[in-house]
Amino acid sequence: MTAGHPARGEGAIHTGAPNTNTANTDRARRARPGALESALRARRDAGHKLLVPYLTGGMDDQWLITLEALAGSGADAIEVGIPFSDPMIDGATIQEASLRSLVRGTTPDGILADLSRIDVGVPIVVMTYYNLIYRAGHERIAGMMAESHVSGAIIPDLPLEELEPWAKAADSAGVATVLLVAPSTPSERIAAICGRSRGFVYAVGRMGVTGEQAVLSASARQVAERVTAVTDIPVCVGIGVSTPEQAAAVSEVADGVVVGSALVRRLLEGEGPEGAAAFVSSLRRALDAG
Amino acid sequence: MGDPGLSGRFGQFGGRFVPESLVPACMELEEAFRSAWADPAFHTELDDLLHHYGGRPTPVTECPRLSAELGVRVLLKREDLAHTGSHKINNVVGQALLARRMGKTRLIAETGAGQHGVATATAAALFGMECVVYMGEVDTQRQELNVFRMELLGAEVRPVSSGSRTLKDAVNEALREWVASVGNTHYCLGSVMGPHPYPWMVREFQRVIGEEARAQCRQLLGGSDPDVVVACAGGGSNAAGIFAGFADATTSSLVAVEAAGGAAMATGIPGVLHGMRSALMQDEEGQILEATSISAGLDYPGIGPEHAHLAEVGRARYESAADDEVLEAFQRLARTEGIIPALESAHAVAWVIAAAKRSEMPSGSTVLVNLSGRGDKDVAQVRDILRAQR
Ligand SMILES: Cc1ncc(COP(=O)(O)O)c(C=O)c1O
Repeated sequence: MTAGHPARGEGAIHTGAPNTNTANTDRARRARPGALESALRARRDAGHKLLVPYLTGGMDDQWLITLEALAGSGADAIEVGIPFSDPMIDGATIQEASLRSLVRGTTPDGILADLSRIDVGVPIVVMTYYNLIYRAGHERIAGMMAESHVSGAIIPDLPLEELEPWAKAADSAGVATVLLVAPSTPSERIAAICGRSRGFVYAVGRMGVTGEQAVLSASARQVAERVTAVTDIPVCVGIGVSTPEQAAAVSEVADGVVVGSALVRRLLEGEGPEGAAAFVSSLRRALDAG
Repeated sequence: MGDPGLSGRFGQFGGRFVPESLVPACMELEEAFRSAWADPAFHTELDDLLHHYGGRPTPVTECPRLSAELGVRVLLKREDLAHTGSHKINNVVGQALLARRMGKTRLIAETGAGQHGVATATAAALFGMECVVYMGEVDTQRQELNVFRMELLGAEVRPVSSGSRTLKDAVNEALREWVASVGNTHYCLGSVMGPHPYPWMVREFQRVIGEEARAQCRQLLGGSDPDVVVACAGGGSNAAGIFAGFADATTSSLVAVEAAGGAAMATGIPGVLHGMRSALMQDEEGQILEATSISAGLDYPGIGPEHAHLAEVGRARYESAADDEVLEAFQRLARTEGIIPALESAHAVAWVIAAAKRSEMPSGSTVLVNLSGRGDKDVAQVRDILRAQR
């Protein structure tokens, strides 16, 4: 629990789909509604900081092995990017990974099909851009995510005002829609976003696109403080968190971190699943020591 | 063509599909624009600048020789005569005034043909603002002279090497840069596209084309309106500007002409890109396709959301012109009327030529073409193409 916020850790879990029968055996492999939030809450409430590494789906032929390696090195959930031709909130590193993935012939259906065949033991959250969702159809792709035991989705170009009807489809499929709060978000809006976010709240650490930063922006701690002050849902800071030291520093106020470009760069440089695991282990150690 | 409201919707199109980081900036911009647009002092200042600096009103010119050849009466709305050589200045002067009113000290822009970049660099020089222009690498090569013009005007041109290295990618890069600089920077978007309020705001800043043209036509045509109003469309700002004078007030047919290789309306389907829902060229998965056109300004896989709406409700038609027809029209207007059009504008002329040939317009019809820009920037490119063809 974060000091100074007595309400944190005591709220109810947003399942988003109260009517879904989780005992239905046909759906044994589907993501359980609320699975993401309950997993992250359980970890947080047991005193751990949350570690969510990001990986671009299909970026190389070993990405599924890497996924398992990440899960085995202390990730609490894993964010899997479904590449889009025009990744507007991504900097050079993730743009390059997206491009490599698309050149390999990756499709959203293909990535979800790959995910459906594995179980890495931690929740999977997909990150993608809205056009891919819109093109596939909200219900169809939400259903596919659930079938692939994807428990959450981050769609950065789908802000609060445009969220329905996706959120409706996601809720009824049991997929948690993780919303973003930015350093520029006014306070009233933070509350509204937290009220609609499922799984966790993604606090954007800096005004900018994804990419490694030598120094953690002051805005990372500030946004984490502003968000944790108004919500009990786990709050992870991502965008511009690049090193174990930065992860530990921002986790003094946040519940955890999302680390993307720093990991993806290592993969682009050919470090492979072992290199990825070593890096994620170093993040884990820093968070545990903090 | 009215106010799309707080949600920025034109029917099912439009909206504000941007990352949370940019939502407050878009809201702030909308508020500032609503307040400025309702303020007579803002209009006075804008009109004054457009007149004394921008060279407005631009004339409507008869085309006697081309008309005789085609059997229809062709009129040109001469945006090529506006300062900097295209309609882009109308929008840019409006946005720069607004940026200053909002306390922003820096302008960023995307550009395809370079005309919007030149116009933005011009306004930045006029207002003493810093200016950075994003331009696809392919376009910096085919519009080399405009790159130098921007630099002369004190702007920094940043070549964009991602994706198709054209207009679409320049927009991506400008949006990325805006996220990082939104505190002191206004994103001066160049067409009726992007997140709300841009499609509406840019159309309002371009509305002056249509309002002038309607009054000028009424004078020329003894109180009646042209039968057809034609404009080229990349993002669709010059088309939206001229349509705004006719869509609600007249029964003139409205025709927008896209590049055949960038025909979002003919070959696209609804999707979401660059902050808007509109017609987009995309594959089965929703990956955006690359447009290809002889004209950098129309090399865009989408179109502004209001156009998608005007098409859906049947108020405007969306056609396309192929590169060879465009080259032909470019030369024909030069030879018959002594006017070298921008390659973009030549798309509108090409459609008129083709439609007249097909007798699609009854002989004696009057057609008003928005000549959105002058062709000086394209002369070197056309020379190279024509030489290569020989
Ligand atoms: C002369 C001219 N016309 C038209 C366009 C296309 O823009 P829009 O469709 O917004 O008018 C451009 C863009 O570069 C241009 O330079």
